[in-house]
Amino acid sequence: MPYTAAHPPVPSSDELRDRIPGWGADLDHADRPSVPQEIDALAETGAWWDEPERQKENAPRERSIEHERLPAVFGTAQPLHGLSGAIRRYAYARFSEARAAHWLLLIGADRVEAAGAHVRSLVTARPDNPVTQTGIAAEFRHAPVASRTGRVDMRHAWIDPLLVAGPWLAGGLGVFWVARRALRRR
Amino acid sequence: MRAMTYRGPYKVRVEEKPDPRIEHPNDAIVRVERAAICGSDLHLFHGMLPDTRIGHTFGHEFIGRVEEVGPSVRNISVGDRVMVPFNIFCGTCFFCARGLFSNCHNVNANATAVGGIYGYSHTAGGFDGGQAELVRVPFADVGPSVIPDGLHDEDALLLTDAFSTGYFGAQLGDISEGDAVVVFGAGPIGLAAARSAWLMGAARVIVVDHLSFRLEKAKEFAFAETVDFREHRDVVVALKKLTDGLGADVVIDAVGAEADGHLVQHVSSAKLKLQGGSPIALNWAIDSVRKGGRISVMGAYGPMFSAVKFGDAMNKGVTIRTNQAPVKRQWPRLIEHVQAGRISPRDMITHRIPLEHIAEGYHMVSAKLDGLVKAVILPPTS
Repeated sequence: MPYTAAHPPVPSSDELRDRIPGWGADLDHADRPSVPQEIDALAETGAWWDEPERQKENAPRERSIEHERLPAVFGTAQPLHGLSGAIRRYAYARFSEARAAHWLLLIGADRVEAAGAHVRSLVTARPDNPVTQTGIAAEFRHAPVASRTGRVDMRHAWIDPLLVAGPWLAGGLGVFWVARRALRRR
Repeated sequence: MRAMTYRGPYKVRVEEKPDPRIEHPNDAIVRVERAAICGSDLHLFHGMLPDTRIGHTFGHEFIGRVEEVGPSVRNISVGDRVMVPFNIFCGTCFFCARGLFSNCHNVNANATAVGGIYGYSHTAGGFDGGQAELVRVPFADVGPSVIPDGLHDEDALLLTDAFSTGYFGAQLGDISEGDAVVVFGAGPIGLAAARSAWLMGAARVIVVDHLSFRLEKAKEFAFAETVDFREHRDVVVALKKLTDGLGADVVIDAVGAEADGHLVQHVSSAKLKLQGGSPIALNWAIDSVRKGGRISVMGAYGPMFSAVKFGDAMNKGVTIRTNQAPVKRQWPRLIEHVQAGRISPRDMITHRIPLEHIAEGYHMVSAKLDGLVKAVILPPTS
């Protein structure tokens, strides 16, 4: 097709209106609730305060150093604790969100916390169970082969079991190695 | 209460947790009646999002009944059945005053680049989410709305994120009558964006994915043309051929951080976490939109850098619009559309899973087993 000023041919609006339920109901941009995305005067939000009351900070709460102060409301789920907490506290106190170090420390702390939680769970009444917690049992009832036939993600799916089981295997080998050395020393 | 909790990458379980408490005078506690697993929950499940803590309860799509309210709550009452937008927002900060609810500055201590989101790690504020029996809902006078009479519960549920986000994504595409629209991703957000594009006057809607059952859903739910990118050596060329060599007027990225289709990009981001997200769909969007076209990014990416082809975006004069959806702004119009029979969000639901079996639900969503498009979670009390 030659390159002309015309828009490539498309079905007519009448044909589309007949075929697609609701076609063109929001044709007028004024009917679109987020056009424009940023607006000057907002209709009623339900807020009746100029500035919200501040949530009580019962324990020191980490915050991004890009915030001038702790926001009025904050989550209190899973407060910082232990080594992972120290890493996270340092990441928040030292680096802004602009720094890769901030995020890499936080991801590192996630792995430290996960490893500690797995180990601690072994001395509880409900140790971590890699079979039930990965949901792998769903494979047996939900067409595992047919679901995967011809998918492009099968080229890297073999990595997933390594990511999930790898740390467990490494931990198990570590325990085995330490135990064997201890026994040999006796 | 019973709640889903995170136990490390690829591992979740259901356990007893203390009931949430009123921690601010404008809090409410909501007993969850329906929740959902969102595609973006996979980024948490896979350990991609920094500061996802052990014991965190995911879930940013839920509806329920108000169980308790703080002393300053005026707009909802105990016993009300409410739909709760995934955004936590104050309603009066600089950003909320301008309608940018998803960018509220008063709710996320941990980051300034994103607002507060239920059950979406401490990077999104450290609030436990709705894949549980009970959930703390801050700013209860601003976020939740009473579910209107006649609105089906599962339509209400899907308006708390998935459909509202897709609808918002189509709006960011600034679609005009006669536009050709390409949507990358046939998951719930992509389906909703594709369906919404017609409302705004699109003349062609083309959905791209590699999962045949999802492409079938795109035909049935969103009346879309489909492109299976496995069938093309170069999907950008295929899309250019479909648009007479010019490219689409509007492209919507409804995939985000775990995009597939380029082995190195996917493995370096989704598996090795060396990028904030796999930018395959975003790069395809940049290359398949026409010069001067618009790209709307609804796919969620992590906060780290990603290898985006920004040179092409600049040279083509592309307009890129993005944001997490300010969900509550979409509701009046979307509820009109649902009640007028123009859309039926709940038609995208394929699975309903009891909370106690949520680990299997996560595996099914992650592995895309059994034709799963959208999974609803049923708490024991529902």
